[in-house]
Amino acid sequence: MGLQNIDRENVSVFRAVDWITVLLYLVLVTAGAVSIYAASYDFDNASIFDFNEFSGKQFLWIGLSMVIGCAILLLDYRVYETYAYPIYGCVILLLLVTIFAAPDIKGSRSWLVFGPVSLQPAEFGKFATALALAKLFNSYNFVLNQKMSNYFRALIIIFLPIILILMQRETGSALVYVSLIFVLYREGMSGMVLFSMLCAIAYFVVAVKFSEPLIMDIPAGEFSVLVLIAVIYCLMLLFYCRDIIIARNVVIGFVGTGLVMAVLAICGVTVNGLVYFISMFVLTSAYVLVAMFRHRIQKFVITVAFAATSIMFLFLVNYVFGNVLEPHQQMRIKVALGIEDDLRGAGYNVNQSKIAIGSGGLTGKGFLNGTQTKLKYVPEQHTDFIFCTIGEEEGFVGSTAVLLVFAALILRIIYLAERQRTPFGRVYAYCVVSFLIFHLCINIGMVIGLCPVIGIPLPFFSYGGSALWGFTFLLFILLRIDASRKERRD
Amino acid sequence: MRKDYNLSKRRYVIGGFLCLIVAIYIIRLFSLQVSDDKYKENADSNAFLRKIIYPARGLVYDRNGRLVVFNQPAYDVMLIPRDVKDFDTTALCDALEMTKEQLAEKWIDMKNPRKNPGYSTYTPQKLISHLSQEDYGRLQEKLYMFPGFFIQKRMVRQYAYNAAANVLGNIREVSGADVERDRYYRSGDYTGDLGVEKSYEKALRGKKGVEILMKDAHGRIKGKYENGIHDEAPVSGRNLTLSLDIELQKYGEQLMQNKIGAIVAIEPATGEVLALVTSPNYDPSLLVGKERGKNYKALVADKYKPLYDRAIQGAYPPGSTFKPTQGLIFLQEGIINLKTMYPCYHGYINGLRVGCHGHGSPLSLLPALQTSCNAFFCWGFKNMIDKRGTKVAEQFEKWKTYLVQMGYGYKLGIDLPGESRGFLPNAEYYSKSFRGPRWSANSVISVSIGQGEVLATPLQIANLGATIANRGFFYTPHVVKAVADTVIDAKYREKHQPKIKKEYYDDVAQGMRMAVLGGTCRAANLPGIEVCGKTGTAQNPHGKDHSVFMGFAPYHNPKIAIAVFVENAGFGATFGVPIGSLMMEKYLTGTISAARKGLEERMLNSNTILTSGVTKH
Repeated sequence: MGLQNIDRENVSVFRAVDWITVLLYLVLVTAGAVSIYAASYDFDNASIFDFNEFSGKQFLWIGLSMVIGCAILLLDYRVYETYAYPIYGCVILLLLVTIFAAPDIKGSRSWLVFGPVSLQPAEFGKFATALALAKLFNSYNFVLNQKMSNYFRALIIIFLPIILILMQRETGSALVYVSLIFVLYREGMSGMVLFSMLCAIAYFVVAVKFSEPLIMDIPAGEFSVLVLIAVIYCLMLLFYCRDIIIARNVVIGFVGTGLVMAVLAICGVTVNGLVYFISMFVLTSAYVLVAMFRHRIQKFVITVAFAATSIMFLFLVNYVFGNVLEPHQQMRIKVALGIEDDLRGAGYNVNQSKIAIGSGGLTGKGFLNGTQTKLKYVPEQHTDFIFCTIGEEEGFVGSTAVLLVFAALILRIIYLAERQRTPFGRVYAYCVVSFLIFHLCINIGMVIGLCPVIGIPLPFFSYGGSALWGFTFLLFILLRIDASRKERRD
Repeated sequence: MRKDYNLSKRRYVIGGFLCLIVAIYIIRLFSLQVSDDKYKENADSNAFLRKIIYPARGLVYDRNGRLVVFNQPAYDVMLIPRDVKDFDTTALCDALEMTKEQLAEKWIDMKNPRKNPGYSTYTPQKLISHLSQEDYGRLQEKLYMFPGFFIQKRMVRQYAYNAAANVLGNIREVSGADVERDRYYRSGDYTGDLGVEKSYEKALRGKKGVEILMKDAHGRIKGKYENGIHDEAPVSGRNLTLSLDIELQKYGEQLMQNKIGAIVAIEPATGEVLALVTSPNYDPSLLVGKERGKNYKALVADKYKPLYDRAIQGAYPPGSTFKPTQGLIFLQEGIINLKTMYPCYHGYINGLRVGCHGHGSPLSLLPALQTSCNAFFCWGFKNMIDKRGTKVAEQFEKWKTYLVQMGYGYKLGIDLPGESRGFLPNAEYYSKSFRGPRWSANSVISVSIGQGEVLATPLQIANLGATIANRGFFYTPHVVKAVADTVIDAKYREKHQPKIKKEYYDDVAQGMRMAVLGGTCRAANLPGIEVCGKTGTAQNPHGKDHSVFMGFAPYHNPKIAIAVFVENAGFGATFGVPIGSLMMEKYLTGTISAARKGLEERMLNSNTILTSGVTKH
């Protein structure tokens, strides 16, 4: 491959680039610009090209991000692979410097200020971390499950930026990197880990959220979690251990004794739920462990251990929540889970954003006609709560469309990821997928009141140059790698 | 390679996870945006300040165009609880000239959800209503000291005459039940209470206007919403023209001073009520302003029940004023003709005795009306009910049907709230009270002379006068002659005609004329006006007899029909006739002739309450 080769490649890159992704990107960025214009529209005074306005500035950022996109595409794809670690190193250094150099803005030290321009280095950590992780997985004969040290190396790359960003007191941005667990999963990490994490989150939310009423002398949340554990236990016996007979017998055991308990309850005799469930788990586990000798031991032991761990986790949650956490911390969690209405604090934002979105109706109030966003009822409406403007002005139709375009983009990237010929391209693409899924789920979930309020932007929509450029870097490097996948000879 | 293949299948788990989340979010968006209206309302109350512009309530005039009820501004002290900061309570108390305790009481009342169902810390709440002009002036100067407070101008009613409170009614603040019944009202609005204020509420209240202003998250007004294209201008209430002659009404109330009872005067040709007097009455101005609550309580507690409109709510035994109806029925049924004579030996003596007074015997219908003979009508009733070859119950029902046609036993349908229907027994009623069909005319004979079970309102009796004056038809009596820009209800333009021939009405009218010329109603004989009348002396269990008069004038082409009821005042001739005749004279001539000034004086000054013999009201 000589100079000529590179020249030819530069010409053909625009032909080889995945135009579907580019199109989806442009759609989202345009919609984002329109939304910011609407969100910052003032009834008294408005001009698209006044750069003091949010929208004016955002148009400038968008223009510059196009230039960046083109520049990225024009660079040789090998640059990213070759310089992955140096880039990662530079960004880590930048994050470290930021902790000390950044001014304190509302308790957070994450913005570097250069005269009129502010930069948030955490947004650029994403593509650097993705590159480093991709580079690691691309190492010769690297198989994640081969050695524990491989996990260790991957986790160092992931947790280094998390720690630095936490030190900048930007919890939301730090949490984003946790989503890279999807990449580890795709590259061979046991599904049980992912599954356990999801279960842990579900147990925690359910157990804390429903403290009333009492069912079988224990809070409804605790009761529900125990039922959930029993259901997962049975499903694991059926699908994971693949033993229909044992699964059936255990189900019969639970359902039968459950009916007896219900009849007793009607007659006025209440058995303590904790006693009931624990004795049922002990009995059925004993049965399973005795019965399994006919089969492979490992999966049954895992299943029983999973149930036992789940119950212990439940006790732990109860203990930690009730005895370890301070009341104000409990309160914050309760507000986030929607148990307590705190309409003045964190609850205010979510309540107002629900009102704004809910008032949009099926087709919305029309462009620039949203009252809730125009009259500044929703705080942070041009940044983290930008989705409110879409919900209010474009209604159910518009907000669903935005969700679907996002889903289409992410699914498209998964498709791109799977067609890569090297682990480098694939891992990088899955990093992009993970970041986008996390941002989408948390941001929109927060705005519609399904997730706790974690301040992270909606990609391509939220106001801010750093976030837009960060995602542009992330996406266009992927496009560049993808465009050259056929030339690879590895 | 197989391992790799397995791992690449994990894209479906990741993609599936994404799709699941997106699906959940879309369902959530649907429930927020499409299936739940709560947020839309929240958004409106968030962003819009709907400033209500109150219309002027319709004015009320009497039949001669005299202004009776009009509006005057009053001032309410309002506040938005959320915006109220610490303030100097002493300064506020000084400005309002009230004690701290009174202020605290008002404050507690305002927050009491039962007294003020619409309480919210975000919306304007009324602390004190009806400030006087002076209080308003004082407070206005110091208002800057009380953030969150403001003054709202409202219109209250003013009355040009201290008269006709029972007809006019008044206005009060809406109750929680009103707001629930009619979505037009908001807490703090006014609505009509009693009288035409209530029955013509929809016409009088007009239509509230609204100005939609936008306010931002800090409550600052950001101008009109879409330049005011959604604003609505208020529509003033319609003016009413009463059929009452307010001067006649006032005169009637004066005549009824210190008496308990009612006067109803009707213009026969139209059914328009000229005067609707109930006594004791009250000054309508009592129920306006700050003192309304206190005065209202006092009126409710008053043992003479001034809020009880005896003219349309009082059900009295009609006494002898009922006799013309009997004559009409007997003539129509062919029981009697003008030559039919019945004996009267100081009463009806036929196994039982109904007393009567001295006059010639036997006698026919016209002299019987003239002298108010009880025996004649008892005989007629007996001959009708116990008619050979008929059943008692059927005959009684026939008798009752005529009376219902004449407006007895049911509400006439006057345009005022609370009308009583009086009472007419039916055959079933007697079969029940006599435990079987074994009753006859004699068992119930007293109904034929307007005693016993029969009860009628003064309005129904005046309506009988109007029907006789018209010689056989009437219009449903009504107190509102016209509602501006609309026609009155069709039911007040519909002629009602009892199934009795006009000639029999002529006969009865002649009998009533004779009663004035040489019978029981001689005191009603006005110079130059041919008055017809019928007295009544209604026995009742409370004390002395009620003094009753029913009549009309002139004999030909009558202009006024009247019923007078003076409770426990004795013979019809002593109070009923003079008061009725004075009312007629006043209405027809505009004055009282010199010869009758003495009579007028006596009526104005007499107090029948003292002599009523009633110990317990």
